Amino acid sequence: MDFLGHLDIAGFVVATLIAATPLVLAGMGGVMSERSGVVNIALEGIMLTSAFAGYAAAVATHNLWLGVLVAIIAGMLIAALHALLSIQFLVDQIVSGTVINILAVGITGSFYRTYIQNSSLGGTGVLPALHLTFLPNAPFIGVITLAALALIPIVHFVLFNTVFGLRTRACGEHPLAAETAGINVYLVRYSNVILSGALAGLGGAYFTLQQIGNFLPNMTGGRGFIALAAMIFGRWTPVGAFGASLLFAGADAFSGRLQISGVNFPYQILGMLPYVLTIIVVAGAVGRAVAPAADGKPYKKS
Amino acid sequence: MDLTVEWGQVHALLGENGAGKSTLMNVVYGLVRADSGEIVFDGKAVRIGSPQDAIKLGIGMVHQHFMLIPPLTVAENIILGHEIATGPGVVDVRHAQQEVAVLSKKYGLEVDPAVKVQDLSVGIQQRVEILKALYRGARLLILDEPTAVLTPQEVRGLFDVIHALVKDGAAVIFITHKLAEVIEVADKITVMRRGKVVATTTPKESNQAELARLMVGRSVLLRVDKTEAKPGQVLLTLKDLTVQDDRHQVAVDNVSLEVRAGEILGIAGVEGNGQNELVEAIVGLRMPRAGQIKLGERDITHASTHSTLEAGLGFIPADRHRMGIVLELPVADNLVLSRFDRPPFARFIVRAFDAVREYAIKLIKTFDIRTEGPEQLAGSLSGGNQQKLVVAREIGTQPKVLLASQPTRGVDVGSIEFIHRRLVEERDNGMGVLLVSSELDEVLSLADRVAVVYRGRVVAVFDQKEADRDRIGLLMAGAA
Repeated sequence: MDFLGHLDIAGFVVATLIAATPLVLAGMGGVMSERSGVVNIALEGIMLTSAFAGYAAAVATHNLWLGVLVAIIAGMLIAALHALLSIQFLVDQIVSGTVINILAVGITGSFYRTYIQNSSLGGTGVLPALHLTFLPNAPFIGVITLAALALIPIVHFVLFNTVFGLRTRACGEHPLAAETAGINVYLVRYSNVILSGALAGLGGAYFTLQQIGNFLPNMTGGRGFIALAAMIFGRWTPVGAFGASLLFAGADAFSGRLQISGVNFPYQILGMLPYVLTIIVVAGAVGRAVAPAADGKPYKKS
Repeated sequence: MDLTVEWGQVHALLGENGAGKSTLMNVVYGLVRADSGEIVFDGKAVRIGSPQDAIKLGIGMVHQHFMLIPPLTVAENIILGHEIATGPGVVDVRHAQQEVAVLSKKYGLEVDPAVKVQDLSVGIQQRVEILKALYRGARLLILDEPTAVLTPQEVRGLFDVIHALVKDGAAVIFITHKLAEVIEVADKITVMRRGKVVATTTPKESNQAELARLMVGRSVLLRVDKTEAKPGQVLLTLKDLTVQDDRHQVAVDNVSLEVRAGEILGIAGVEGNGQNELVEAIVGLRMPRAGQIKLGERDITHASTHSTLEAGLGFIPADRHRMGIVLELPVADNLVLSRFDRPPFARFIVRAFDAVREYAIKLIKTFDIRTEGPEQLAGSLSGGNQQKLVVAREIGTQPKVLLASQPTRGVDVGSIEFIHRRLVEERDNGMGVLLVSSELDEVLSLADRVAVVYRGRVVAVFDQKEADRDRIGLLMAGAA
């Protein structure tokens, strides 16, 4: 098998970590949102919008860090829209999320065609990366990937060890009980949904500002949905979502390596690998994994 | 309406379901806003806009449906909303558990603070609820139907706690519709009917019969009149039946029972001891893991619900909203729900509306369903009338065996009386009745034989004559 020659383990691990970046960021966003009781399938749309907003800001200001900041803020704003629709106006959370996903594809797509596609706007360049010179082939790890890795224990700690986390879990399991304990359910849910927007927004910045320094239509390619699968497979915990992200990203990295190794196999089929794996894993995990009891249920004060 | 509660007293709030007791208390606890009127607490007029306001004043409430979060630990549940934190918002679990331990010792409410609430029995969960209120500094404790889910022994334990609290100078408002408890525990009694106070009295000045009359507005029979059963042939046989619950744990464990024609077999037990799974297995909603169910001579162990009902089973489900009726359909359609697709209610694929209507009018009359007519939506009937509708449909098919699960839950006294009388009548006409109820008094007054279940096993079967309330209570709690 000639492709094994191309398969250096360290390089594969690094590639997996990089591919896992948007999954684990959006996945943790999903964890926070759903733990508070709001299903957030808008993660895909949030990432796409943030990818675009981050790119636009970086192009305009020639400052990549400002781009990251704008991507995060854009994510929070879109999430706030989801929160407003689903928490305030009691719109079905799936419908609200779907609307945002469609909106994101449409708006970023039309901006792309109008202002970017035929313009002289160049790339933004990419964010600095850690150069792992001690490894074979000396791979790079970008700052957003490093930030994601750092955030995993932090989000985990916030969810399971802090007052905010305890209240979040309470609202996602039994909002009326939380209310009778003197907790403002609306505030907790808003905070978490917006926080999930910030996390997914950072995940969106990964696509434009860390990966290619440019924007392409629909470049998130369903990673937001895979992140949801990672969240479910990871049993609604940040560490679990990370583990599941590694699995999906591993499939991604593996199929990528296989393609460049020149194995005689249709690359379209190899490209399907992460998605097929997602379907299989989710089909196996759903039903076994127990969602927060009030996940997806609007809370209405009497 | 007016209500005055004094410190150091147990004040019972007595009334039927829907009399407005819980609503009134939800106003006091800030969950529901009052349209007019004022609340005076400790001599000062107060505004209570949210539970937070109530908690700050020292008002605590234990709801009928517990406000606990099952996957969280006891300590987490208790401190929720009033967390003990170190540093920037980090929960101090150790400190919280210590505080809870101190509090539970003080009032004799033993509970392990590190255990998850979902692993506790209902009786212990209630302790957690009370601790939660006390932890928040409650001086006025509102208990909404606190004994509904307890065994008689647990009820006694609860009364001890209540007395300890009151002795300590606190006040307790005790909401209930159970007369005996009111007489036993209350210092003062307020009776409510249809949102109004109809009387304020004390246990010494009153008695159960008078309270019942005040509560319902007319005199009621407290006992079910019935003659001795004349059991005939065996109609329903459960043999070595084992059923699993949703989590694949054994919920019904090797149960063997027989229901004969002309008798009522009552199943007594604290809720959650396998009754639901047993009922679902008989009806065909849940596949038994082992054993056999026979209706008459026919084996229905693996039969679908459709063919089970066809074979002659009537079924009154415990939750009428989830299973018993379709709220959005008219009364008439609900009355033929199991038979609308065959003669005389349908010809080929066309429904015969006249026949349905005629049949509905007949049942509405015989079963005294208070409705504007067969076209009224079932959802707009009162709870008692919805339940009578279910009873009418199930008895109306004249089944061999009637499986009645919690047949009078959330139903007014008048309807309870009516339903009880009907069950006894059908028994006298030769129907076999399997009654599942968590109201021990209901089982004791209706059943000719009583089977006690604990953790999915039948731990004892008594004839009505030898059924002793205290003994059964102990068995229900798992004491051998």
